[in-house]
Formats: sequence, C-alpha cells, structure tokens
Amino acid sequence: MPSDPALRVKALESLLVEKGLVDPAALDAIIDAYEHKIGPRNGAKVVARAWTDEAFKQRLLQDASAAIGEMGFLGRQGEHMVVVENTEQVHNLVVCTLCSCYPWPVLGLPPVWYKSDAYRSRAVIDPRGVLREFGLELDAAVEVRVWDSTAEIRYLVLPQRPAGTEHLSADELADLVTRDAMIGVQRLAAPGGRS
Amino acid sequence: MSVPERPSPAALRLDAPAFARLPRDEQGPVFAEPWQAQAFALAVRLAAEGCFTWTQWAHALAEQLHAAKGRGEPDDGTHYYEHWLATLEALVAAKGLCDPRALRERKEAWADAYRSTPHGEPVALAAEGKR
Repeated sequence: MPSDPALRVKALESLLVEKGLVDPAALDAIIDAYEHKIGPRNGAKVVARAWTDEAFKQRLLQDASAAIGEMGFLGRQGEHMVVVENTEQVHNLVVCTLCSCYPWPVLGLPPVWYKSDAYRSRAVIDPRGVLREFGLELDAAVEVRVWDSTAEIRYLVLPQRPAGTEHLSADELADLVTRDAMIGVQRLAAPGGRS
Repeated sequence: MSVPERPSPAALRLDAPAFARLPRDEQGPVFAEPWQAQAFALAVRLAAEGCFTWTQWAHALAEQLHAAKGRGEPDDGTHYYEHWLATLEALVAAKGLCDPRALRERKEAWADAYRSTPHGEPVALAAEGKR
C-alpha cells in the first residue's frame, strides 16, 4: 500500500487529469527535465562564461534574466533573476526566508538544508555563523550581504574565480563551480588546491 | 553585527556542523520519493496553466510552513514536500478546482484499489458505479 501522501497525490492527479486541467505527459516532462536536464550545471555554465567573457558578465550583472535567457535557461514562473558578484570585499549569501524561492532554471531544485527553518531563519540574523557551519570562515573585513529571494526575484551568486585557473577553458571552469558556491555558502577552490 | 572569534581548526572539527547532520544531497535531483516529484510537477503545471500565479503559490506555501512551525513540528527541510502537498490541496480547493471531499473519496478509492489488486497487476480504479 502506498504511503498517505502518495495516495493523496494520486487522488489529486487523477481528478485534475479527468477535469482536463493537467496533461499526464506534461507532468512526466517536467519531472524528467528536473531529474535529468535542469540542475546546477546550467548555473555553472553561466558563471564560467561570466569569468571568461567580460561583456557577458556586464550584461549578466545589469540584466541577469536577459543574459541567462541568451544561454537558453529560461524560468517557468516569470521570475526576475538578479546576479550578485562576490569580490575580495563582499561576500553574498542567498536565502528565502518566506518559503524556498530558488532559481530553478540555473540551479535545479533546492537542497534540503535550503528549505530548513534553521537556514531560512538564521541566514539573515547570523550569516557568519551559518557560513562557519558550512566550513566557510570569512575575514572580519569582508562585508556579508544577504539576499532574500521571493517568488518575483531570485538571486544567484557569481563566485570569485579561483586563483591559478587562468589556463582553463570555460568548460573546464564550469566543472569547478558548485551549487553551494552559487548560493553563497561556499568559496571555490582552485583545482587540486584548497580555498 | 558582532564578529565572532575565529575558532581554532581543532574546535571546528569537534563542533559537528548543524547543517552537516541534515541529509546533504550532492548536486542533482532532490526528490526522496516519486510522489514528491509528482506533487512538484502538479504545482508547476497548474501554475503554467494559469490556475494560480507563482506568487500566490509562494504565499500559500509560506502559510503552510508557518502553520507547521506554529504546531511545533520539526522544520528541518525533510518534511518540505508534505507541506508542498498540503499547499497544493489547499490551493486547488480555494480555487474551486477540486472539492476537498472529492479528494478524500478519491484517495480512499485508490487505497481500495491497491488493497484489492493482486500483486504484480497494474492498479486501476473500480468503475464509476462501484465507487
């Protein structure tokens, strides 16, 4: 016997399909896309291009929705994307204090901790403490900026390009970019080194 | 904001990070069970069909999360899709898309179908008249 939530979903789905409100094939397509096509690799490609193409980076920082759209990663919910850049002086951290708004087209679905009450409530109050729990100790001189995503505006962090990666191609650079770095809970390490 | 003292590397190792105790998934899909993926897709699809806006969805989900916190339920992210499903049920009822009673009856009909279907055979609902 399936679990209670599994039966409730089945009830919802079968009723909505009968009413013609949803098409089962469309549901399968969405699940397939998020399981196999949409994920942090899209965001990593955006970051790697920004590192290697200054004109693209400027477009990305000015109008992220349009620049990301150029690469074919468009949102389904009509959300507006904003990219915030990490520098030596500023570290950006993204949270959704309300629920779990997240830039799906470039990062896929959020990790469990992003949806936790602990992260949602503490990221704003004590960002340095939260970052420390992720193993990221920031120098006191670094300013921490916390961005609260909403249904209308989703933020993506443009991490700093690791030192010693000047010889790498955009594809090789994309392999270094992690989901956590694009949420802002991690700094990227040079290949084979440590941050 | 006060800046905490930098802990020594030894202290960092001993103090197990709170977030590390949560199921830290690697980059990639995060559905724990198939029903979570189905519930996710239903919400995305209904929004795409214009049954509700994504802003309405986010607010309704936030209400569910807030209510769960008020009931003292642990909110570590692992029950997220249960709240997602409750939001879906509440929103389809509020929008008049599905009657809550019809949903309950349909759920029971599926449970009956699972109980009465021999192992290995596809599960189907009984004909309309028998429900």
